[in-house]
Amino acid sequence: MDLKFKNKKISGILSILPSTIVKFEDEMAYYNFSAAKSLKLKMAMGYNTHRIAKNGQCSSDLCIHGLQYLFDNGLLGKEEIDALLFVSQSPDYFMPPTSNVIQGHFGLKSDMICLDINQGCAGFEIGLIQSFMLLEQESINKVVLMNADVLSPKVSKRDRNSNPLIGDAAAITIVEKSDIPSTIHANVKMDGSNALALTIPAGGFRLPCSPETAQMEEDAAGNFRSKDNLVMKGDDVFNFVMREVPPMIHHLLQIAEVHKEDVSWFMFHQPNKFMLNKLADAIKVPREKMPSNIVENFGNSSGATVPVNISYNLGESLLSSSAKICLAGFGVGLTWSSILMDIGNLNFNKTINF
Amino acid sequence: MKEKIIAILSELRPEFDFSQNINFIEEGMLDSFDVINLVTELESTFKVSIDGIDVLPENFSSIDSIENLLKKNGAK
Repeated sequence: MDLKFKNKKISGILSILPSTIVKFEDEMAYYNFSAAKSLKLKMAMGYNTHRIAKNGQCSSDLCIHGLQYLFDNGLLGKEEIDALLFVSQSPDYFMPPTSNVIQGHFGLKSDMICLDINQGCAGFEIGLIQSFMLLEQESINKVVLMNADVLSPKVSKRDRNSNPLIGDAAAITIVEKSDIPSTIHANVKMDGSNALALTIPAGGFRLPCSPETAQMEEDAAGNFRSKDNLVMKGDDVFNFVMREVPPMIHHLLQIAEVHKEDVSWFMFHQPNKFMLNKLADAIKVPREKMPSNIVENFGNSSGATVPVNISYNLGESLLSSSAKICLAGFGVGLTWSSILMDIGNLNFNKTINF
Repeated sequence: MKEKIIAILSELRPEFDFSQNINFIEEGMLDSFDVINLVTELESTFKVSIDGIDVLPENFSSIDSIENLLKKNGAK
């Protein structure tokens, strides 16, 4: 599905990273593989360190810390917020929406919309698209988009498929109307027939958590996990990404009538370095234009990965200038989405620790 | 080329005999992470870049399929 938006902009990005740093080597002993094999994998996938939230720390805590930072530093006014979006797979509760909890924490005005969206790897793009649509309303001038996930408690430490890459993080993106005429091109696709390729089998209403679902089981590759843990069909997800993402990007550029050489950055979701490099080669863009260092330094934090990528890698450069950037997310759902837009002259673009 | 491929596979999983005419994937001799390590080693040894779209289990199921994949991606 192709989408087009007029006169909208991102005016600031703040990424919030848990201060606990875990090294790949510190967790190798958990895996049912030789150290030599694990280290080879580390090199190929680009695993190094990842950020893990403290015990009991929720996605909303990271968002509240970030919002407090913005309020305290005069970067955002409470009265300005017309919509509060929380995109996550790790809400505080089944009910109420976590966005309402955050609204209540700060005592924000009631004349606003709070909205939770259950999305993962493409959560930044889905959140931006939703923000742009909300901004079509006369009464909505500023949207606070929060992408946050604390999924590490749901990942088995003995699962080499998922544990080395998981990272907890949040990002707050301010999206608003722009006085400068501009066009944003986007597209989104979904394939629910493969929805369970990435899942946490137990814990919802379909299969509530129980002592049985907490039983650890070994898979064919020697990983141990329970039904309470996140499970990923790595081969299927990799093949889906390689099959669907390059044509999506080519289509987006074609619709926008933009040559890929004119795109400054391809800021993509980062499951692992191997996949990113293969994607850059398939799309035929220099690997340097598609940073792959977020999973290496912080881990894959689902929908927060792309804004963390922007704030960490482009930081101050986007405060005084603008760049044409192609964003893309792909994964849980299955969902894949991309956006081509100018991002720059931001009021803030940084990462903070929590 | 075949000898080099067998040598790489044997270093990756020394517990298996890759000279046998069996399906490496179905027999559990290579898992998905082995395939990624294998791609990295093959690219380095044969100075090629294997297309991501070709990183499919069936392309790594035998010495012949790996050889065909390498040739398709320009290895000589």
